[in-house]
Amino acid sequence: MSVSVQEADFDLSAEVAALSDADTGIGAIATFIGKVRGEAHGNKLQSMSLEHYPGMTEAELARIEAAAVARFHLTASRIIHRIGALQPGDNIVLVIACAPHRHNAISACDFLMDYLKTEAPFWKKETGGDGHGSWVDARETDDAARSRWHSGDA
Amino acid sequence: MSTNENAREVTVRYFAWVREKVGLSEERVTVPPDVKTIGDLARWMQSRGDGYASAFAKPDAIRAAIDHKHVQALTQIGAAREIGFFPPVTGG
Repeated sequence: MSVSVQEADFDLSAEVAALSDADTGIGAIATFIGKVRGEAHGNKLQSMSLEHYPGMTEAELARIEAAAVARFHLTASRIIHRIGALQPGDNIVLVIACAPHRHNAISACDFLMDYLKTEAPFWKKETGGDGHGSWVDARETDDAARSRWHSGDA
Repeated sequence: MSTNENAREVTVRYFAWVREKVGLSEERVTVPPDVKTIGDLARWMQSRGDGYASAFAKPDAIRAAIDHKHVQALTQIGAAREIGFFPPVTGG
């Protein structure tokens, strides 16, 4: 179990190997990568900047990860979220969930992203082709997605 | 200068558009004794200047944390060391 908040990019293969190479109890690994799209609301996106709440972010990610490990009996897990200036095509977030079997790994990945998107203190600001910056609004659909898991709140 | 023993000093941090409107990322704030909850504090913030009035114009649009944990408008400030104000989160 570990979380990182960093400016640097991540390497999916290296992260998966570091989590799973030494553990033959792992039978399933689910991964999710979120990336910066090249357009926002029909307009070309020039860049995105990601702000966070140092100290609280790491605490929230660790809490969410611990909830997923307990709920889905994960063998290993990893969350990496980037901050700072990002360009279209860049990676934003990586979630890895390792379990003995497939369903728990896949569900845990989904659960981790639903909670991360609604509870981890990150904020995106998009700059369009015209150089104008605007903060991204939170989406109600993200809250609805999280509430699917409600019987076992993180 | 406040001489009231019930006035408390806390670090308040602002993020994203709340930070931009206030014009500060953090400051030490002396909380008046009649400000008991996070909602009280958000309303009191409106009175501290134009940037604050703009940032806290709709307290319901702002989220808060006490000592790095999410809290609600009715949460008591109590012995908080650090309070964060920010928009709903948009990571991932």
